[in-house]
Amino acid sequence: MSDNSAVKDPFIRVVKRGDMKSGPKICIRIGSVVVSLIVCGILINVITGLNPVAVYVTMFKGAFGSTRRSFATIREMMMLACVAIGLAPAFKMKFWNIGAEGQILIGGIVSAGCMINLNMLPTFPLLIIMFATSAAAGALWALLPAVFKAKWNTNETLFTLMMNYVAIQLTSFFVSKWENPKGSNTVGIINSNTQAGWFPEIFGQKYTLNIILVVTLAILMWVYLKYTKHGYEIAVVGDSENTARYAGISVSKVIIRTMLLSGAVCGIAGFLAVSGASHTISTSTAGGRGFTAIIVAWLAKFNSFYMLLIALLLAFLGSGATEIASKCKLNDYASDMIIGIILFFILASEFFINYRLVFRKHAKEEA
Amino acid sequence: MATSLIQLLLGAVAFGTVIMFGCIGEIITEKAGNLNLGVPGIMYLGGIASLASVFIYEGSTDAPNKILCVIIALLSAFIASALGGLVYAFLTITLKANQNVTGLTLTIFGSGVANFFGGSLNTLAGRFEQIAVPVTSSAFKAVTPLSKAGTVGKVLFSYGFMVYLAVITAVITHYFLNHTRRGLNLRTIGENPAAADAAGINVTKNKYLAICIGAGISGFGGVYYVMDYIKGTWANDGSIETLGWLAVALVIFTTWKSINAIWGAYLFGILYWMYLYIPGLTRSSQEIFKMLPYVVTIIVLIVTSLRNSKDKQPPAALGLPYFREER
Repeated sequence: MSDNSAVKDPFIRVVKRGDMKSGPKICIRIGSVVVSLIVCGILINVITGLNPVAVYVTMFKGAFGSTRRSFATIREMMMLACVAIGLAPAFKMKFWNIGAEGQILIGGIVSAGCMINLNMLPTFPLLIIMFATSAAAGALWALLPAVFKAKWNTNETLFTLMMNYVAIQLTSFFVSKWENPKGSNTVGIINSNTQAGWFPEIFGQKYTLNIILVVTLAILMWVYLKYTKHGYEIAVVGDSENTARYAGISVSKVIIRTMLLSGAVCGIAGFLAVSGASHTISTSTAGGRGFTAIIVAWLAKFNSFYMLLIALLLAFLGSGATEIASKCKLNDYASDMIIGIILFFILASEFFINYRLVFRKHAKEEA
Repeated sequence: MATSLIQLLLGAVAFGTVIMFGCIGEIITEKAGNLNLGVPGIMYLGGIASLASVFIYEGSTDAPNKILCVIIALLSAFIASALGGLVYAFLTITLKANQNVTGLTLTIFGSGVANFFGGSLNTLAGRFEQIAVPVTSSAFKAVTPLSKAGTVGKVLFSYGFMVYLAVITAVITHYFLNHTRRGLNLRTIGENPAAADAAGINVTKNKYLAICIGAGISGFGGVYYVMDYIKGTWANDGSIETLGWLAVALVIFTTWKSINAIWGAYLFGILYWMYLYIPGLTRSSQEIFKMLPYVVTIIVLIVTSLRNSKDKQPPAALGLPYFREER
């Protein structure tokens, strides 16, 4: 309060930029990732004593060292990208759906339920039924907070968050119902003999269908957000609800419709996790991806193709850190730590894209 | 029946204390207009910082001093959590990053750091048994002789000192926010930062302070969990994360009044442990019963939004960045 009396230029001033060209934008983003990787390398060096270059070589081997590992990394990337694709329309609308975790689990429960109870059906119809029901279940799970947000402006962040825990308890409930063998409190691999409801191998690879499904979803979502009337309405509601109302857009209708879509795609992610990867269901089926995917979607500015790229980076870091952890007999939560640091840097780099700093001297020259 | 009721109350108070700290810290943060979804991460940071520092201290001397143990644990936890808050504050205030995304990142980072060190502290120290800090934990769990004074004494006095610290913190926070000039300034910033700025209140400085101190208080929830609740060990089971999110939910439940956090937190504790005391539940129906605290929070959310009364609303500028040149 004391120094406000004298008018003086601050030493550094923050000024909003206009649109930055995509060249420098990409440079800043890549630069932030590189800097954060260096910081993480130094950190790992301090903790484990490994040479930072060797660290990344080990990580690369862990993620892409063999065909099997590469496909495991790609499977993880597709899973994460699928959730991010689901969240993108909701977040573009500024609807803070942090309930993806629950929507994934509900999709997963329904998929597992179909695998257990409809295992007499042939693979193809069974997969279609699982796809449709898990999408419907995810959509319904997202519908509840959406309706309350649309009608009574109930805080959606906490509503969707609490729905996660309800879904987790529901998962525990079904796990103890379906447990196999009795008393193990796990469901075990479902249909391990018949492989009913498992994704079939295509071109000799187990995860081809995962890739096809997620890439298709990515393209569809990109078109939906960029070239359709619905996508435009989502963008307007996200920018300003008042503008949307003025333009005659029914905001509550857009909110409910978009959340149905968002929940459906997250439900499909649960289907992917159960039928296309683990072939079982547990409370860790979603495994925090619902939260990580929010950051993926946000940083990609809801562009499907950037989402795939960021998901690849995070999947690489995840399997790479697991490799380092197992080599040094440390636990693999290191990957969360590294991912956190990298995301901090990327978040910080956004500042330099949106704003620029003006120093006092410059200001005088300009004047 | 009476003994199981007492058991339920004891469990509820212990459980409630963890989330009460988290909730009070978040109330201070939110009153300054910042929604920090990093509470679980901050509680993780507080828990692991206290555990690691005391682990090193207890390992370095033959006769660890109990009072020193407690001071080291609390101080290191406060510093680590406030640093977590500082990262969040720097990104959201100075660099104007999105608050929700930054908070979630802090949660991922905090749980990564904590579970990484919690799980590998022994390997790093070259020992192989389960990590334990018995001396510090006994200091945290120490009770006064009053706890033996019958049922009343047991229900009121059989807890470690942090249970009472939480209640005192809630009262002080209430007094600070509602009866001091600084508290008023802080609330103004949360309601309308532009007006506060025009009135000569330093928005940036106050937001930084509120977030860092709030984070430090939230971190104590982690300390209590690690030192008292699970008796000075570490478990990589994600409980702190669950508790952290419940603390965020409790903020809504208390309608941003820290005094309500006292009974609200214990109520959450009762709801959480209720399933153990309802006869005739099978294991699977227990799981359904464990939904209670979350379902109740959802109902409270819906009811407060339906009633829409003026004194039960979040700070008006909650979650919005403040940029002087953009008005």
